[in-house]
Amino acid sequence: MVGMTKKKTAFWVAVFLLPNLIGFFTFIVFPLLSSLAISFTNWDLISTMEFVGIDNYKQLMVDKEFWAAFTHTVTFIVGYLPLVMIFGLACALLLNRKVKLRTFFRAAYFLPVVTSWVAVSLVWKWLFNPSYGLINYFLSFVGIEGLNWLQDESLAMPAIIITSVWKDIGFVMVLFLGGLQNISTSYYEAADIDGANSWKKFWNITLPLLTPTTFFVTIISLINSFQVFDQVMIMTEGGPGGATNVLVQNIYNHAFRYFEMGYASAMSWILFIVIFVITLIQMKLQKRWAD
Amino acid sequence: MGMNTVTKHSTVLQKDYQLTSFRIFKKGLLYIVLILGAIAMLLPFLWMISTSLKNQGATMVFPPQFFPDHATFQNYKDVTGAFPMLHFLGNSLLVAILTTFGQLLLSSMAAYAFARMQFWGRDKLFLFYLATMMVPAQVTMIPQFILMKNFGWLDTYQALIVPGLFGVFGTFLLRQAFLSIPKELEEAAFMDGANHFSIFWRVIMPLSKPTLATLGIFSFMQSWNNYLWPLIVINDKSFATLPLGLSLLQGRWETNWNMMMAGVVISVLPILAVYLFAQKYFIQGMTMSGMKE
Repeated sequence: MVGMTKKKTAFWVAVFLLPNLIGFFTFIVFPLLSSLAISFTNWDLISTMEFVGIDNYKQLMVDKEFWAAFTHTVTFIVGYLPLVMIFGLACALLLNRKVKLRTFFRAAYFLPVVTSWVAVSLVWKWLFNPSYGLINYFLSFVGIEGLNWLQDESLAMPAIIITSVWKDIGFVMVLFLGGLQNISTSYYEAADIDGANSWKKFWNITLPLLTPTTFFVTIISLINSFQVFDQVMIMTEGGPGGATNVLVQNIYNHAFRYFEMGYASAMSWILFIVIFVITLIQMKLQKRWAD
Repeated sequence: MGMNTVTKHSTVLQKDYQLTSFRIFKKGLLYIVLILGAIAMLLPFLWMISTSLKNQGATMVFPPQFFPDHATFQNYKDVTGAFPMLHFLGNSLLVAILTTFGQLLLSSMAAYAFARMQFWGRDKLFLFYLATMMVPAQVTMIPQFILMKNFGWLDTYQALIVPGLFGVFGTFLLRQAFLSIPKELEEAAFMDGANHFSIFWRVIMPLSKPTLATLGIFSFMQSWNNYLWPLIVINDKSFATLPLGLSLLQGRWETNWNMMMAGVVISVLPILAVYLFAQKYFIQGMTMSGMKE
C-alpha cells in the first residue's frame, strides 16, 4: 500500500464494494426487514395497509389449514429424509471402491440433480400416470393394479417423496463421497491386520468417522425439505383435497392467489424460525465436535 | 505324516478357492447393484425421450411401448412451432448468462474488497452478509415482488435478472479463494505503480479461475432451473423462461404427454450438455454450498 492516501483507499473501497452493497441492501436486507413489518399488517396490495399487531400470528396458531400444511411438510420429511440418506450413502459407499466405469455411474446417479425440478416433476407425473404410466405397468407384474397415484389422497405424498428421493440421491451421494475421501486409509489397514470383515469395518470405522458429514447432510437436507415446493406445485398443486399442501405451497397460495401479503409473510416467518432453530442446533453440535 | 501334509495342503487350497469365489460373487453382486441403480436413474430420462418421439396414439397403449413403431419429430415441430418453446429457450439463455456473468463480477469485486482492503467495520459487515445466508428465499420473496411491482419491473427481463445478481454465497466463496492467494504477488505490482483495479483484474482474477468456474456453473444452473421467482414476477408469456414455459405447456396440452416430453427434452438438453462438459465444477459447487438450486 505504498504511497496510497486514505482518500484514495476510500475511493477504491467504494468502487469495489458499493455495487454489491447497494444490491445487497435493496434486494436482501430491505426485503427481509419489510417482510417482518408486513407480517404485522393486513394488506392486499391495493387498499391501504392496516396494522394489526400480532393478530396474523395468533390466527396462524389456530389455522387448521396452516397446521395441516405443517403436518404435510413434516410427513414429507419423515418419508424423504431417511430414504435419501440411506440410498445416497449406499451409492457413495459403492462408488468409493475401485469399480470399472466409476465415472459413468457417478454421472448417471448425478444426472437428476442438474435437471430442473419442473422437468423432473413432469416426467414423473407421466411415469405415475394411472392408465399408461410405467410405474403401474411394472406394478402390474406383481399383481398390483390401478393405483391412482396423484389423484389418491393417501398416495399423492408417497409419489412426491419417491420423485424427490430419486432426484436428490446423487446430491447426497456427492456429499458423502467427499466425507469418505477424508477418512484415512490407515484405519482400514489396521483393521485388515486384525482380520475385521467389511461389515465390521463399516460399523466400527466408516460410520463413526463419517458422523460430521452425516450430520451436515442431515441438516442441509432438512432445511431444503422444509422449503419443498416446485415438485408439489407441478405434480399436485397441493391436492388432491389439500393432501399435499405443504408450507411453501400454502405461503404461495395466500400471497399470490388470495393476495393476503400480511398473513403469508407471517407464515414465512414461522418457516424462517424453524430453519433458524435447526441452524442453531447445527452450530451448537458442530462446536461440540470441534472441541 | 506324508498323508497329513497332503490333506492339510488341500484344505488350504480349498479355503483359498472358496475365498476367491466368494470375492467374485461379491464383485458380481456389486456390479449388479450398480447397474440396477443406473437403470433406475436413467430409465425416466429414456422414457422421456421415447415418449417425445411418439404420436399421441402410441402414448395411450397398455402395455407401454419402449421403442415406438413410428418414431417422429413432429412433437418437436409442434412444440417449437405452435408453441414458443424456442422463445422460452432464448429467454432462459439470456437470463442465465447475464445473471451468471453479472453475479461473478459483482461478487468478485465485493470479495476483493473484503479480502484485500482495510476499511472500518469490514469484518462485521462480512459477518452480516454471512448471517443473511440462512434466510430462506420464501421470506424475502413477498417484499421482493412488491419491490418489482413498485419499480414497474413485473413482466420484464430486469425482474428475472437483477435481484439474482446479489447472491451472498458467491461473495463468501470468492473471498475464501482470494484470501488463499499470497500477498507478495500484489505487493510487487503495487511497487510498480499498479492500482487496485489492475491487480484485481490481472493478478487475482486469473489466479481464481477454478473458483470462478465453479461459481459460474453453479449460478448458471440455479438461474436455468429457477421456477418460483419467474412464476411470481412473470405473467406475460413472452418473458417466460423454460421452467415457467413448461408449466404453461402443461396447462395447454395437459394430456398430450408426447408433446410435454418433447418440451421437457428441449429444456433439459442444454443443461445436460453443460454438465457433461463441466462435471467437476457442478459437483464442487454443490459440495461447497450444500445447495441444490
